[in-house]
Amino acid sequence: MREMSNPFAPTAYERRKARTARVMEYVFLAMGIALIIPMLLIIGVIVVKGWPALSWEYLTANPMRGGAVGGIWGPLIGTFYLTVLCLLIVAPVGILAGIYLNEYAPDNRLTRAIMIAVTSLAGVPSIVHALFGLGAFVAAMHLNKSLLVAAATLAVMTLPVMITSTREALAAVPRNFREACWNLGATRWQTIRTIVLPNSISGILTGVILVVARAAGETAPIMLTGAVASMWVEDEGWAKFTPYRLDEQFMAMAMHLNSIARDVPGMPESMKFGSALVLLLLILTINSAAVALRLYLRRRKRW
Amino acid sequence: MTPHIEFRNLSVFYGGKRALDRISLSVRRNTILGIVGPANSGKTTLLKTINRTIEFISGAKVEGDVFVDGEEVRAVESVYALRRRIGMVFPLPVGLPMSVYDNVAYAPRRMGIHGRAELDVIVEQCLRDSVLWDEVKDRLDLLGTRLSGGQQQRLTLARALSLSPEILCLDEFSIAIDPVTTMKIEEVLMRLRERMTIVLVTNLTQQARRMADHVAFINASELVEWGETGQMFSAPVREITGRYLNGEFG
Repeated sequence: MREMSNPFAPTAYERRKARTARVMEYVFLAMGIALIIPMLLIIGVIVVKGWPALSWEYLTANPMRGGAVGGIWGPLIGTFYLTVLCLLIVAPVGILAGIYLNEYAPDNRLTRAIMIAVTSLAGVPSIVHALFGLGAFVAAMHLNKSLLVAAATLAVMTLPVMITSTREALAAVPRNFREACWNLGATRWQTIRTIVLPNSISGILTGVILVVARAAGETAPIMLTGAVASMWVEDEGWAKFTPYRLDEQFMAMAMHLNSIARDVPGMPESMKFGSALVLLLLILTINSAAVALRLYLRRRKRW
Repeated sequence: MTPHIEFRNLSVFYGGKRALDRISLSVRRNTILGIVGPANSGKTTLLKTINRTIEFISGAKVEGDVFVDGEEVRAVESVYALRRRIGMVFPLPVGLPMSVYDNVAYAPRRMGIHGRAELDVIVEQCLRDSVLWDEVKDRLDLLGTRLSGGQQQRLTLARALSLSPEILCLDEFSIAIDPVTTMKIEEVLMRLRERMTIVLVTNLTQQARRMADHVAFINASELVEWGETGQMFSAPVREITGRYLNGEFG
């Protein structure tokens, strides 16, 4: 019987291509899954092992005997102050520098050199920033290892992220908008204030929140510049909410976790994982806030 | 009488590339100058030298002089004041990401005009002048970026008119607009001529013929010739001018 010739039948070449395409699809899928599995495992282990330790008491009690007894209140509120301070330093500097680089700086060698420096700084390991903080603030400026010095060190570390994300957010605003304003006689600053910033604020805030997450999670920079594994803090009344002075040492979650995981004898397993879980939840919450804020602001975006 | 705008030996370079070559040309007050010529011959560059937005293009270098009202534009006290005297409409419409009302009120507000009543008058007048009022009067709070391309182009025109400029520069304003609306805007421009001097860059030689008092023909960065519109179309000096204006090349 003669085969009916079907004009739509795939040729041998097309069948081969289709097979390759299918194989590649599975390869990509496998890679995607390979990425997720370790993350799910880590989170899973931490949640399962740390969950039993979580309680109101655990969150609000100060650690005793190096953290083996009690809770994590001191480190938790330390991380809060550390992050806020870091943000107070890095946000103005980073945002203004980003605005300068994107809106005012002429396109010349100096500007390009600054941008290369910023990008390179972003790739410097955090321990190097830690040593810089130690050298600059403690050794050279004779400041105490303290909350302020640690926050400043974190600020130096996160500055490139802040600058780069600000600059990218600003660059995403079409140049047309600026030109339209300039043609109307608006100054550069008027243009930035009325058109550029309102339309890039979501990107800039995303940068801010990335900084928060990074500052809350880093151990090395604060370990060398002011964070301690354990210390006595005020446990009564309002003082419980303001346990640290700017020029003194402090506790923080990342440091606390680092210490109880290795150094404290007789540490119950569940409390180690409990601390990890709290830190994880903290950063996940901040990141989800970033995503939510971004979605909200993007919906309001106007072009 | 001092010409309203005068170019004297104006050359512009982008990097090493010459974009305008020793242009000398003047525009009388309350007339329309049509500038025609093939794409990429320097027409837009010429407009940008008037309000000095050429300075935002990195690598652009200007030689020669541009006078507005007898004053060299680079010698004016405030470049922002200069720009406010000159309305600019470029070919790609730009609705700013704010309401239609705020788009038109943008420049007056930067000038410190905040009274709602005063702004209302300006916004309505400018939107009427740009033949957009009837289409948007019931939705002035709509985002400018949500308008159609042609509407955004008229919004751009309304914005350019919002400071009652004495000079209005239009660069291919009708590219995104349908023929009927184009005719309406042309009528408005003819009326606006009583209040302002208009420089009209256009690819449509017939548009220049309909509207312009004088026509300048720019080809390959050079001003080939310029003169009264009738003369340019009926008896151009250079043969190439006649061929371009009659649509035989370009």
